[in-house]
Amino acid sequence: MNGLTGAYVPGGSPLHRMPVGVKLLSLAVCCTALVLLPGLWSMGAAAAVTAGLYVVSGVGVAAAWAQIRPVRWFAVALFALQLLVAGLPTAAMLTSRLVLAVALAALVTLTTRTSAMLATLERGLGPLRHLGVDPFRLSLLLSLTIRTVPVMAALATRVREAQRARGVEWSLRAFAVPLVVSALRHADALGEALSARGLDD
Amino acid sequence: MYRLRLPIVDVARVAVFAALIAALGLVPGVSLFGPVPITLQTLGVMLAGAILGSWRAALAVGVFLLLVAAGLPLLAGGRGGLGVFAGPSVGFLLGWLPGAALIGWIVERGGRTPGIGRLLVASLAGGLGVVYLVGIPLYSLVGGLTLGQAALFTLGFVPGDVAKAVLTAFVARGTQRAYPDAVPAVHRERLRAGKEH
Repeated sequence: MNGLTGAYVPGGSPLHRMPVGVKLLSLAVCCTALVLLPGLWSMGAAAAVTAGLYVVSGVGVAAAWAQIRPVRWFAVALFALQLLVAGLPTAAMLTSRLVLAVALAALVTLTTRTSAMLATLERGLGPLRHLGVDPFRLSLLLSLTIRTVPVMAALATRVREAQRARGVEWSLRAFAVPLVVSALRHADALGEALSARGLDD
Repeated sequence: MYRLRLPIVDVARVAVFAALIAALGLVPGVSLFGPVPITLQTLGVMLAGAILGSWRAALAVGVFLLLVAAGLPLLAGGRGGLGVFAGPSVGFLLGWLPGAALIGWIVERGGRTPGIGRLLVASLAGGLGVVYLVGIPLYSLVGGLTLGQAALFTLGFVPGDVAKAVLTAFVARGTQRAYPDAVPAVHRERLRAGKEH
């Protein structure tokens, strides 16, 4: 596992320094604009703006491609299908809209530290307080989860090895049942430890 | 003052299951039917439903998706970030929320010993039915396809998803036999009894 660093590319560009809330808001505005754009010319302009933003951010081609790569086959299939059904202009519109939306969203991820993003999302969930949700407990839940991911990954590896030793390598059930039972034991021990430290009342 | 406050024991359970969903995405895929490897991430989502109960399961999925949105590479294949939610599979991810909740709801109705049949129906209804119900319309919206075309594209995932739903039922049953507190109703009773002491 490559640690829990995320896709963030360190840098000092204006995009890196922009407040996270502003970035998220701009992303929402841009994605809405993409849907409303009237024709291929404006879509071309949007593509140029997106490319320009990537150049300004200085994240590099490799990092950008890694973000777009997952939708490449879908984009190709979509283009081919729409070309047959609706013709070239529609196919180009739809495909570039999808790719640009993914690229813009990825740009926010690439230029924002995961910790800063989490802090902003947490703040965004703050109003849930009025619905009776405890904000402290919510942030405890998020940080507990981040802390537990490597623990669960290690647990999965250990169970896999034990399974190999028992010679039932092929059985998914012989993998999953011990894994889930161990995970529950871990959870309940963790819960008791937290409650012993006075977090329950 | 906070009405929807989760007991700390359940905070731990929800966190561990959210982490388990992430860890199952990191386990290399297994080939069941031919060359397309299936990942076990959805297994984690469905198991959360069967073991945590309805809204705790939805919460675990929500926490997982929030961490993905924040940029952690936790989705199967090491994907993460906001780009995922602008892509065509967004509905299949958001569908996990009501899907896991429905699984939990059906299993909770089974009382202290939910049978294998109920677990199977729950996993199929929540893990396939609800997830497709949310996933296919959004897929067609993002791709500019008709609903029928989008459904056709999804067809390839059905065998793997059915296999995972069946696996979920058996794994949940095995887990609940080995660890009775893994039944939502049993767990709730134990918490209530603990409070009266």
